[in-house]
Amino acid sequence: MYSRPTMSVIVPTSLRDALDVLAHAPATTVLAGGTDLMVELNSGHRQATAVVAVNRVPELRSWHHDPATGTLFIGAGITYAEIAEAPIAQWVPALAQAARTVGSPQIRNAATIGGNLGTCSPAGDGLPVLSALDAVVHLQSHTTSRAVPFGEFMVGPKRTVRVPGELITGVTVPVLSGWQGYSKVGVRNAMVIAVASAALVADPASGSVRLALGSVGPVILRCPEAEALAADAADFDTATISAAAERDFTELARQAARPIDDHRSTAAYRRHAVGVLAGRLLRRAFPNE
Amino acid sequence: MTDAATRTHLRGRLGDSIARPDGVGKVQGSFQFSGDLTADGFLWGATLRSPHPYARIVSIDLSGAWAINGVEAVVTADDVPGQLTYGLISSDQPVFAADVVRYVGEPVAAVAADHPDTCRRALAAIVVTYEVLTPLTDPERAVDGSHAPIHPDGNVVRHQRIVCGDQTIVGPVVVEGTYELGMQDQAFLGLEAALAIPDSGGDGVELFVATQWLHEDRKQIAACLGFPDEKVRLTLGGVGGAFGAREDISLQVHSCLLALRTGRPVRMAYSREESFLGHVHRHPCSIFMRHHADRSGRILRIEARFVFDGGAYASTSSAVLVNGITHTQGPYKCENATVDGWAVRTNNLPCGAMRGFGVVQACFAHEGQMDKLAAAVGLDPVAIRLLNAMETGDRLITGQVIENVAPVARCITETAALPLPTEPVGGHDRDPLRLPGGAGLTADRRHIVRGIGWGVAIKNLMYSETFDDYSTARVRLADGVASVKFATSEVGQGFVTIAGQIARSVLGVDDVVLEPIDTTIGSAGSTSASRQTWMSGGAVDGACRLVRERLFDLVGLAHQVDPLRLAIDGNDVVDPLSTLRVPVAEATAGVVIEETFEHHHRPTEDLDELGQGNCHTAFAFVAHRAVVDVDVELGLVKVVQIATAQDVGRALNPLSVVGQIEGGIAQGVGLAVMEEIIQVDGHVRNASFTDYLLPTFLDMPDVAISLIEEPDPMAPLGAKGVGEPPTISSTPAVVAAIRDAIGKDLHRVPVRPSDICC
Amino acid sequence: MSDELSDQLGSNQQYALHVNGQRMEVRDAWLGESLLYVLRERLGLMGSKGACEQGECGSCSVLVDGQLLCSCLVLAASAVGQPIVTIEGIAPVGAPNDLQQAFVDAGAVQCGFCTPGLIMAAHALLEATDEPGEFEIREQLSGNICRCTGYGRIIEAVQRVAVARRSEAT
Repeated sequence: MYSRPTMSVIVPTSLRDALDVLAHAPATTVLAGGTDLMVELNSGHRQATAVVAVNRVPELRSWHHDPATGTLFIGAGITYAEIAEAPIAQWVPALAQAARTVGSPQIRNAATIGGNLGTCSPAGDGLPVLSALDAVVHLQSHTTSRAVPFGEFMVGPKRTVRVPGELITGVTVPVLSGWQGYSKVGVRNAMVIAVASAALVADPASGSVRLALGSVGPVILRCPEAEALAADAADFDTATISAAAERDFTELARQAARPIDDHRSTAAYRRHAVGVLAGRLLRRAFPNE
Repeated sequence: MTDAATRTHLRGRLGDSIARPDGVGKVQGSFQFSGDLTADGFLWGATLRSPHPYARIVSIDLSGAWAINGVEAVVTADDVPGQLTYGLISSDQPVFAADVVRYVGEPVAAVAADHPDTCRRALAAIVVTYEVLTPLTDPERAVDGSHAPIHPDGNVVRHQRIVCGDQTIVGPVVVEGTYELGMQDQAFLGLEAALAIPDSGGDGVELFVATQWLHEDRKQIAACLGFPDEKVRLTLGGVGGAFGAREDISLQVHSCLLALRTGRPVRMAYSREESFLGHVHRHPCSIFMRHHADRSGRILRIEARFVFDGGAYASTSSAVLVNGITHTQGPYKCENATVDGWAVRTNNLPCGAMRGFGVVQACFAHEGQMDKLAAAVGLDPVAIRLLNAMETGDRLITGQVIENVAPVARCITETAALPLPTEPVGGHDRDPLRLPGGAGLTADRRHIVRGIGWGVAIKNLMYSETFDDYSTARVRLADGVASVKFATSEVGQGFVTIAGQIARSVLGVDDVVLEPIDTTIGSAGSTSASRQTWMSGGAVDGACRLVRERLFDLVGLAHQVDPLRLAIDGNDVVDPLSTLRVPVAEATAGVVIEETFEHHHRPTEDLDELGQGNCHTAFAFVAHRAVVDVDVELGLVKVVQIATAQDVGRALNPLSVVGQIEGGIAQGVGLAVMEEIIQVDGHVRNASFTDYLLPTFLDMPDVAISLIEEPDPMAPLGAKGVGEPPTISSTPAVVAAIRDAIGKDLHRVPVRPSDICC
Repeated sequence: MSDELSDQLGSNQQYALHVNGQRMEVRDAWLGESLLYVLRERLGLMGSKGACEQGECGSCSVLVDGQLLCSCLVLAASAVGQPIVTIEGIAPVGAPNDLQQAFVDAGAVQCGFCTPGLIMAAHALLEATDEPGEFEIREQLSGNICRCTGYGRIIEAVQRVAVARRSEAT
């Protein structure tokens, strides 16, 4: 028998029980798919004395489409494997595209959208899509419940407005009729962290084009100037946008980026790449010149 | 413990593509790798490593570790009973750093405890006070002598020139370039692991370890423990790949020391991050080459300068340098050369053997040069290479005559004859997932350009410069069953398969037992340098032939037949000139015939001051053609196909050969487009699989293969080694294909997206 | 269910896992251990391998509740009550199934370290899909790294099994 730091693992089977745990011990580490937390525990870079594993909480494992509001609620425990496939994929194809690029089949079976939001890395694959969709993140505690727009939810690299005692319970995204897509640059074709990524959502109903950039700033970046230009220049009915507007859009996306140099890539390449992605996504949304 | 012996009832003889005898164990998860071995009462061992690339050790305070419940031993350099340093060529590397650390990750101490987490806490509790020094990270400063020595042996591990023929020739055509290679990691999957069991008297130790050369390990371990060799007994634990990284010892002495200290078995296992720091890597290298040629493109003279960054300790840098510079000309005729080569010491990670051993570096340079030459004289890449192709009887720039079969032209033409991919960019189904970028959906077809490129290589086999890397095997034939004993490290390459095939072919048996691989028999040399088929195959073959001779003596005596008339046919001893046919099983019933054989290759020479000498043993040749698709704007690459024709002499097991070729090509592709250990000021930025990227299923191209079988009369079985050539000219072929696609020069590997597009 | 799990875990250091159809007690454990560690070091099932402990290589792949996961990323204590299948549960020792035999016959095994994880991934693929195309095979196995084979013989092995199973079914 050896002395070790004691550790507790609670596996609640209802949301109420999970929230009770966090109410009593707000510093409890939340474990969902384990694809982020376990890496840190395995290497010893993080210690956890109390863990609440939420992978059995049915409320977090639910999702539903509400035709009345034209929205899709995705529970925090839904995995990227589930998001990548029908039926969820048909409601949010860009998110499904992003899901397919997450890690590997093993990772996708474990990684949850709630975990992705909880970690909130600027390189998180689903996050640019949530940003471009103006998704709303649901947070609950024992006594509170709130819905925070994604743009307000993420406040820095791996920093969110979630407070101790709160659990991410899900995210609501609009179901839109226009074109939407996601692109990610990585040096190999699988299991790669994005060096630059972008999500574009064209919504004819509101006449808007929304662009979100990943891995090129401390948070997921929106590009209001590029979006305004595209909304103005695009013809939704004929799916047309001029080559000149595409070029300007690309340049504005480049300018919106705030990338850094690191071991994965350089700021210069990231800025260049995210511009290319933005232009190509725009052209896919509006194929005609 | 490891299986005592593997009995196989497979029918395969030489030339058959039979399954490997350990295959079933491996697919069921019952095959034991060194990390799967355990013993009652064992402790876990772990290593404390330097966080600094260069620092003086001011003090080490172990008390915090000792205070942790569950810690049974804490050791440092003070606890090394024998020689304090080790090394493959010079013993310049400390078991534990004592007064100075010279690279990030250098071992400083080790602990033994009851749980890996206890070990982790114990390591964290050791307080080492360092005086941080400014690391030497630019190899050129080691070359020019402008930096103070970072080691008593100095900063130059070896300087070697090659001066051959007319030094004054200047071609009407001159092309030159400076080529750079980053640091590649072997990244075998089976992490370093060992089980050390101390003898009860504390005067010996048994070690189960995954390694490439049991006897060389034993020699170094014994010296450091202050034991005679025979008190250190090594058994090969299952090896999860090697590719050169296990040539140098890593945890061997540490685990034995902890076991002897505690009197208990000790298991050590590295994490992936630790593995990146804990073994040697491929040498980063900078190579200047200038080719002088006549107007038709024939090479007249080559000038070259190589600088290999050997990192903190010497390892095998001296031999890697010699390999690199002696392959300057590639598989091409060249009579005049001026080469200057340096292997130097820096505070970067130590470098040593990796599949290709210096020739990967040389080949990247000489193939880049051949394409420049082609462009300069208006020939295509195939034509320039055929024009200059080496043949048997030609000389290296060291003066050595190539006596082996040398089918260079045939390698090229047969590769060229392999069909190019018929599918267009994006495949017949126009699937965007097949484009560069894959599921990242970065490109549409119109963004992609396809390119084709070539690489051709010569590679030496076996060890060089007077090294007598012999191999030993013992074969016993009894009751129709052959038992084969060798110390040859099976690292996945399939020697255990062909050992049985040899025995079956020579002795006419079906049943072959492979005995445990350990130090109770003589050395087999290292599993490296593409040498085991030739050397250990030669040893097994030699032992089998001696056994067969005695078998024929027995049968001849029993049946009054001259043994020289006898032969093996199927499972029988036969006299082809009569009706005599005796089953081997019957002839050996109740009889034991046992023979041991040492296979030596012919002697080689040192290089003299001008780099002249017959320093290599033998040579093999290969050609690669790569087809790549490139997203020029984003710089993303998908390798679509690699075609290759390889000079294998004789395919003793064609399926195994294909496996070596495809696996080697994967490593060549990795170096070309994605693999590099990134160091900044001596600190490693990507010691994990998250950021050291290996090719996945989605990155690996289709491979088309032509095996060129011209049996080499110098090889004991006609077969040349096949492990390294696939990883050598595949890299330059991919880079050449990218250059073809983008119309721009690239001179560094791995090629990064920004190199292509920005 | 909730009470049972809470009773089992909390700060107790003992729990049970369902592995390969059997209930197996995990005693004297530290709850921070991964499923990979528990399988190997506590339950003696050494077939699953650790090559990165980050979920980047697939060598530790197992099925948990029918899902292919990296066992290094599963907190063992959180897998209580979920059926776990490891390489040892695919077929009895000495009697490899058709998929395992195909790997052996097709030359898809060299050092073998990645092999158990790959068998699990291929097994999961073939359970989900009758007729995987080559691209699908590549994508579904893309979470498994092999450093020895270059993947070609592995794809061949999986294709052979898929074809053989289809023709048996018809």
